[in-house]
Amino acid sequence: MPQTEGGTVRTMHEYSLVTALLDRVEAVAREHGATAVSAVRVRVGELSGVELSLLATAYELARTDTLCATAPLELLTEPARWECTACGTAVAADGPRRCGLCGAPARLVAGGEMLLERVEMEVPDV
Amino acid sequence: MCETCGCGDPDLVSVELHESLLASNDRMAQHNREHFGERGVLAINLMGSPGSGKTALLEATARALAGHRLGALSGDLATDNDGARLRAAGIPAATITTGSACHLDARLVHEALHELAWEEVDTLFVENVGNLVCPAIYDLGQQANVVALSVTEGEDKPLKYPVIFRKADLVLLTKCDLLPHLPGYRMEALEAALAATMPVPRLVRCSAVTGEGLDEWYAWIAARRAELPPATGKRHHHHHHHHDHSG
Repeated sequence: MPQTEGGTVRTMHEYSLVTALLDRVEAVAREHGATAVSAVRVRVGELSGVELSLLATAYELARTDTLCATAPLELLTEPARWECTACGTAVAADGPRRCGLCGAPARLVAGGEMLLERVEMEVPDV
Repeated sequence: MCETCGCGDPDLVSVELHESLLASNDRMAQHNREHFGERGVLAINLMGSPGSGKTALLEATARALAGHRLGALSGDLATDNDGARLRAAGIPAATITTGSACHLDARLVHEALHELAWEEVDTLFVENVGNLVCPAIYDLGQQANVVALSVTEGEDKPLKYPVIFRKADLVLLTKCDLLPHLPGYRMEALEAALAATMPVPRLVRCSAVTGEGLDEWYAWIAARRAELPPATGKRHHHHHHHHDHSG
């Protein structure tokens, strides 16, 4: 690819996600009068379409000069879980997206999400 | 949970949020969806690899459904080529130039609606940027997701890109006129891959060259239109205002 590392990351949706993440974290930090953010925790589902390593790289590039400049990004993963839309039976993550018992379509009940879980920040004593 | 993190440092405050990283996009998508609902517009998010035949499919659709009120928004990294092709085929089309972004998001679609008389359209095709990864995660406010997958891309693409295929309501297998030149193509492998990724697999084999399968695609569109709730009819001053200076 004829692009710099940063350029490649910026063409990935992980970069857009990190931009949205930093905006939101900064807003939360301002609401609390924080001077710096000390940790950010994000949960990423297996079927969310987010590549963890790209998200981490994008975060490293984008957080410079933000309140998150020294805040580690903690990434948790959530495995995909499917269940039957009709009878609620668990449907295996491999094989057809159909209930093994009644044949109804399965739906994803976990693993499609990407969540900002928690922000830890430094708030000066008043 | 207490307000502080419990580590003994009184200055460290921890807040539990559990909110989607896509929350702001999803709000804008919902706004778009409300607009479409007000005017009874069926918005279809058409996704697929670069070169999968999305534009050719829409050109064929425009010609076949010439009496229908169709419109298109075409996402493109750098050019207006697809939009120009669609306008030449008779679809009012606006281009969304994404620059370096690999996908459309709800805000880009919302802005592009100002460039198109979308309220006079019954079916709006949003041709996404050619990509099987990034477009899958952004809700645009559409009522249906369609993935165009060409026969030359291979049978296992659904397994490699499960996120986009999981969300697809319909997969159009394009360029089927080439199948005689692909003696190794295993249709049953594609069907198995779709069954492993799509809760309700729906595949239409088609060709914009021979016209094969296109009637089934048009029937699918008509069925989706028939499922739409009646337009709620609210008018939105903001969009009308912007339409005035496009003429």
